Amino acid sequence: MLSLSGVSVAYDGVDAVVDVSLDVPAGEVLAVLGASGCGKSTLLRAVAGLEAPRSGTVVADGEDVTRVPTHRRGFALMFQDGQLFGHLTVARNVAYPLRLRRRPAAETAARVAELLELVGLVGYGDRLPGTLSGGEQQRVALARALAVRPRLLLLDEPLSALDAGLRERLAGDLRRILVEAGTTAVLVTHDHEEAFAVADRMALMRAGRVVQHGPVADVWGAPVDAEAALFLGYARVLDGARAAAVLAAAGRPGASAVALRRSALRVEPAGALAGTVVSAAATPDQVRLVADVEGLGRLDAVGGPGLAAARVPAPGAAVRLDVDPARLAPLRRARG
Amino acid sequence: MTRRSGLPGLVALAVVPVAVLAVFFVLPVAGMLARGLWPDGTFDPSGAVDVLTRERTGRVLWFTVATSAAGTAGSLLLGLPVAWTLHRLALPGRRVVRALLLVPFVLPTVVVGVAFRELLGESGPLGFLGLDGTPVAVVAALVFFNVAVVVRAVGAAWESLDPRPAEAAAALGATPWQVWWTVTLPALRPAIVSAGSVVFLFCATAFGVVLTLGGLRYATVETEIYLLTTNLLDLEGAAALSLLQLVVVAGLLALAQRLRATPAAARRVVARSRAVRPSDAPLLVVTAVVLLGVATPVATLVAGSLRTPDGWGLRNYAALASTGSGPGGSGALAVPVTEALVVSLRTAVDATWMAMLLGLLVAVVVTRRSRGRAERAVRAGLDGFFMLPLGVSAVTLGFGLLVTLDDGLLDLRASPLLVPVAQALVALPLVVRTLAPVLAGIDPRQRQAAASLGAGPWRTVAVVDLPVVWKPVLAAAGFAFAVSLGEFGATSFLFREEAPTVPVVIFRLIGRPGEGNYGMALAASVVLAGVTALVVLAVERLRVRSVGAF
Repeated sequence: MLSLSGVSVAYDGVDAVVDVSLDVPAGEVLAVLGASGCGKSTLLRAVAGLEAPRSGTVVADGEDVTRVPTHRRGFALMFQDGQLFGHLTVARNVAYPLRLRRRPAAETAARVAELLELVGLVGYGDRLPGTLSGGEQQRVALARALAVRPRLLLLDEPLSALDAGLRERLAGDLRRILVEAGTTAVLVTHDHEEAFAVADRMALMRAGRVVQHGPVADVWGAPVDAEAALFLGYARVLDGARAAAVLAAAGRPGASAVALRRSALRVEPAGALAGTVVSAAATPDQVRLVADVEGLGRLDAVGGPGLAAARVPAPGAAVRLDVDPARLAPLRRARG
Repeated sequence: MTRRSGLPGLVALAVVPVAVLAVFFVLPVAGMLARGLWPDGTFDPSGAVDVLTRERTGRVLWFTVATSAAGTAGSLLLGLPVAWTLHRLALPGRRVVRALLLVPFVLPTVVVGVAFRELLGESGPLGFLGLDGTPVAVVAALVFFNVAVVVRAVGAAWESLDPRPAEAAAALGATPWQVWWTVTLPALRPAIVSAGSVVFLFCATAFGVVLTLGGLRYATVETEIYLLTTNLLDLEGAAALSLLQLVVVAGLLALAQRLRATPAAARRVVARSRAVRPSDAPLLVVTAVVLLGVATPVATLVAGSLRTPDGWGLRNYAALASTGSGPGGSGALAVPVTEALVVSLRTAVDATWMAMLLGLLVAVVVTRRSRGRAERAVRAGLDGFFMLPLGVSAVTLGFGLLVTLDDGLLDLRASPLLVPVAQALVALPLVVRTLAPVLAGIDPRQRQAAASLGAGPWRTVAVVDLPVVWKPVLAAAGFAFAVSLGEFGATSFLFREEAPTVPVVIFRLIGRPGEGNYGMALAASVVLAGVTALVVLAVERLRVRSVGAF
């Protein structure tokens, strides 16, 4: 549906986005993931038509829209903080794109009611945005963005301004709403969990370039390099002999480097690796510890199912550890 | 700064400005009103009511409202596109253009009047339009003056307007026109309404322009007060009109205060200005036309000053050292223009330090955080009180000072300080409006942090306030200086024969027949405009956003 080829954007001669080519099939959600300042928001603005690319093309449904002004692209953009119009009620905000298109009043009212129900805000129509919580405002912004069934929905860090618990809940809702509406969407975020929860495909950006892209599971399961792995939430990256040892213990083919999630090593009486506990702490879900593993150095590990919170091993205690092959990712190269 | 209640400190800071304002402002204005309402020592408003029901009064009132409304509408209509062009587009040299646009606003009113007569008069470049002495000329001059107010006030709001709601609207399918109408205009409305009401106020109390352009035929309430007092000696009538003006203007001022854009959005976004696109052409054309319209009267003035009976030359400037030509060989003036220029500069220096002293105290008083409801009420009251000079006509002030300060105790009429005091009061609201937002913008926690680190009250001021405030203080001083240089309304009553200021001299010269006198008036206007423009350009270099934004 959306196809970017060779898109570059520069601000005052400084490159913000360099030669980005991406495709988003209809009905799928693409997450553009990157640290702040990597150019992901600029890329989104270029897709929306708010920035003119220095080179490259933006094609939507086979139509080159690179030179089409924002309001004629038929997209919708949702900002990090919603950008609701403070002088309009919730219903008027949601109805805004419908009224722009002069839809009949009855149709508009029905669609607004439908959308408020979709985002779980029935009965909020007459409130002013200032009286809503951050999460509610984001829901209104989403309803507004979906109002005219845009052919492409652009989401700029839609959940970043919210606190952790709410973010997790809303991410699930967002996924459900996008799937139900069958919307093609591009989501920009620096939070890998948000990307996992919402997107089908993922593109990893760094210094203005896309360094890796593909289905979420593929990217997640095989980060392109150590930096990508750490950004995707892997706790440590090992290379050389240490990588080989871990991969051998996991029963996986060798690679030049391997990225480990926090839970890649598990305390297991019959584990393949031996080590001593350096520190340990109980969290509500599991016991987390740092162990000095023979031949590998200090690594993170978690308690196995048998290790109850009441029996946190003391520092200095000997433990055996097992490697969970699903919680590590062999890397093609150690450095980016 | 560790006192429980701020009231004692507040009173200590406020006492000087309150006393000055009471003696030099409230007392004269009240005295002026008393003269009209208590003509023979007993309350008798019939004379005043009589004046208000005169047919001429009705005409004057209608003319005032009509020209002010037209001037306001014109300023807004022309000012909005210019505000956008100069604050949102990345145009080369826009800072200089913005600075130059501020010049008309502080140009001495008399000078503007002269420039427009030169432009529209029979022999002027636009003489064929036949606009000389018509209301259109008055309105054009009012727009010339006030377009800068709109550009600055609305432009500043526009510049700090978050661009994202507009982008969100565009992304939802709104055309640029729909974005303007549904998002940008509602966001700018407070700034526009506030600028509009201030411009209306300035138009309604304009004096020098109307007096020079309207003559006797077209009078506003302000010039009518002047005519009634100085030419007809009808003090009752003048007092009645002053009262009327005071009521209307105070009402308007209160309205403007309520509508003033509150800086609710604490964070200051300065939108990145964008590159010029072909579709901006219409607005660029409007901007160019406005700039041309502002430049033309000034250019005509300069050209006129260089024209002498025997070709181009500097004779008019050379004549500034003389007293002009009067009947029977005597001069038109009591002193040469050059001496008046010295008087003007000296007066402006005095007025500036007075306005700054008062303005700083007032700005500190009205911006310090209140610790209780009573304190907040007192501060709000003081804020309104110190804005009064903005609303009361300079003519009323000047005349009031003239009639009240003649009895015994306060006979200051012969004092060389009277004119600077009056000018300082005229400049005071502008100084306060420049400084108050800056002081209010300092997070009080910065002071608290400094105090908690061991800085005493003076040290706190030096560390926290001074670095932020010194530029605005300089800018406000320059602004006060410029306003004082051009002040004519109050000065025209209070100047001493042996020490007139330049605007007074110019007005006198254009009132005296003789080609030489008129040329001298033009030359003097150019000199005064040049000095004022230099001061304003220097101020603009300081880049203080609150200057000229009300």
